[in-house]
Amino acid sequence: MISTVPPAFIFIIGGLLVPFIKGRWKSAYLLLIPVIGFINLISIPEGTHWVVRFLDWELVFGKIDRLSLLFGYIFHLISFIALLYALHVKDDLQHVAGLVYAGSALGVVFAGDIFSFFVFWEMLTVSSIFLIWARRTRAAQAAGFRYLLVHAAGGLCLLAGIVLYVNQTGSLEFGYIGLNGLATYLIFFGFGLNCAWPILHPWLTDAYPEATITGVIFMSAFTTKCAVYALARAFPGTEALIWIGAIMTGFPIFYAVIENDLRRVLAYSLINQVGFMVCGIGIGTALAINGAVAHVFNDVLFKALLFMSMGAVMYRTGKINGTALGGLYRTMPFTCICCMVGAASISAFPLFSGFVSKSMVMDAAAGGHMRIIWFILLFASAGVFHHAGIKIPFFAFFGHDSGMRPKEAPLNMLLAMGIAAFLCIFIGSFPGPLYSLLPYPVDYVPYTAPHVVGQTQLLFFSALAFSLLLLSGIYPGEQRCVNLDSDWFYRKGGRLFYYVIDKVFNSLTRASERTFVGGVAGYLGRVSRDGPTRVALLGLVPAWMIGGKTGGKLELKKISLRGALQTGTLPVGISAAVATVFLIVVFLLM
Amino acid sequence: MKEEGQNEKKYLFDNPRNVNRLLGCFFSSLGVLLIIDLFVHKHPHFPWEGWLEFYATYGFVACVALVLAAKYILRPIMKRREDYYD
Repeated sequence: MISTVPPAFIFIIGGLLVPFIKGRWKSAYLLLIPVIGFINLISIPEGTHWVVRFLDWELVFGKIDRLSLLFGYIFHLISFIALLYALHVKDDLQHVAGLVYAGSALGVVFAGDIFSFFVFWEMLTVSSIFLIWARRTRAAQAAGFRYLLVHAAGGLCLLAGIVLYVNQTGSLEFGYIGLNGLATYLIFFGFGLNCAWPILHPWLTDAYPEATITGVIFMSAFTTKCAVYALARAFPGTEALIWIGAIMTGFPIFYAVIENDLRRVLAYSLINQVGFMVCGIGIGTALAINGAVAHVFNDVLFKALLFMSMGAVMYRTGKINGTALGGLYRTMPFTCICCMVGAASISAFPLFSGFVSKSMVMDAAAGGHMRIIWFILLFASAGVFHHAGIKIPFFAFFGHDSGMRPKEAPLNMLLAMGIAAFLCIFIGSFPGPLYSLLPYPVDYVPYTAPHVVGQTQLLFFSALAFSLLLLSGIYPGEQRCVNLDSDWFYRKGGRLFYYVIDKVFNSLTRASERTFVGGVAGYLGRVSRDGPTRVALLGLVPAWMIGGKTGGKLELKKISLRGALQTGTLPVGISAAVATVFLIVVFLLM
Repeated sequence: MKEEGQNEKKYLFDNPRNVNRLLGCFFSSLGVLLIIDLFVHKHPHFPWEGWLEFYATYGFVACVALVLAAKYILRPIMKRREDYYD
């Protein structure tokens, strides 16, 4: 047997070595990392591996079962595709960040203990942030900081939950947790933030569109899917997830319809798709979990494909707003076709990948007689076709002619998109291989006549609605604007907080300075400088006057005493006399 | 010398006939789908799945509702100038 290593390490160490590889070998080296990683992964037998003692605990770097393996496969696959897509990038920072990020994601899914899980979980945030900052614009820098702060808050919440949980159970093992008490709620919430639950979601729609063209491919694959994995591992069958997932599928499509930045439209549709997964995990039956996990696999591919096609457009035109694009099918036909394959897959067209996984979740909801949930999911299915399936390709590649005639995307981008597009069609047409990898045995046939006809009707009549609304001019035109979302609370709230803190504490500081530095300290200074002179004059002037000193002589005496006291040069006799008097006073007072 | 516009290559949908052909195909497939629905034997989870043309109606109505709600409710409430956060 080949000796194997934890899958995360190949990516993390391989990534850190990237800057040392120069010249044309770099491309080969980058692509080799996921290939070696994959050979390593398939050589690892199922079970628990790499148990390391740390203080009094056991850390497990290889919990290999069907659930973690499926995530492992897709993470390797998408890393290869994303690296191929990014081969032209000369910025080592992005390659290192991307690989460490992918390694962290693998660390998360293969962690058998909750401590190493947490460490890799935090590494996800730290490494991915460089994929945002690497864009090197002011907007990216600001979005990166917000991303960091939000994830730091979520991470702390998770850490608090983990500490309480380990304290209660006495075990570090990461397995089923279930909602039961404060510790588990904190963990649940921590997972939920990375999963982009409603209200907690704006970090995603804020930061992803600001990331680099190639970085967002990594980002669309890892953070949310790791959170889905964590929920599938620790909270399957939790009823709250059904509703959370259903809301996630529903609300983003409204935003996606009025959003102008096409990568932000994709970010909203990412939340929508993750909603299907979360809902499936909440339902918790074998069919639902299988559906959720299969949808992770497919979503990683088609969402990356859509982001890649929009990235190619952005790379060639420098624009990404719907208002600025249009008519690009003329000179970017291959990118256009790939985008349409991605659009058909995310919309769950028959023969495309989304169809064979999303329908499992829908059927699981129907099997559980969840009427309202089923209606919401069906609404979201029609809606996703509307905004991701039609709007993205239409506004970028068709619609009004922007007049731009950019070159087709570079070869490496085309190859990456081609592989993803091929897999979307292959999985959609032959779901068997994917089904054989799912955690539970699959007894599900997606291609039945009523299912195919029903889904095709849903999508075609959704397209009819789009066409009619567009032709009648009712369809909302793209506008250059921002749409408020729940990040308003911390973006404006943060400013309010800053304003209040500035006013309260800086006023306090100024008042303190006036009172103490300018007031009390000055007074004390004056008293300590002039006090002895005044006391001495008070005692000595009457004595001199009795002794006959008046007029000019008295003034001379006063001046010489002031000078002597202020410079500390009193005659020894007087100093001794004063000291003696002082001692007598002290003695009497005691 | 010819004008630049005339020199430029004609692409697939620059010809209105092709657009009309595409729309024709699209509308015909809608009709075909409506007809096929009459003959498909359904085994529904919910009673309404067995209704005639349920999915077609739902798809159409859902999308119209989605667009109207987004345009007339969400956008007026949420829309701000591009530099709102700057």
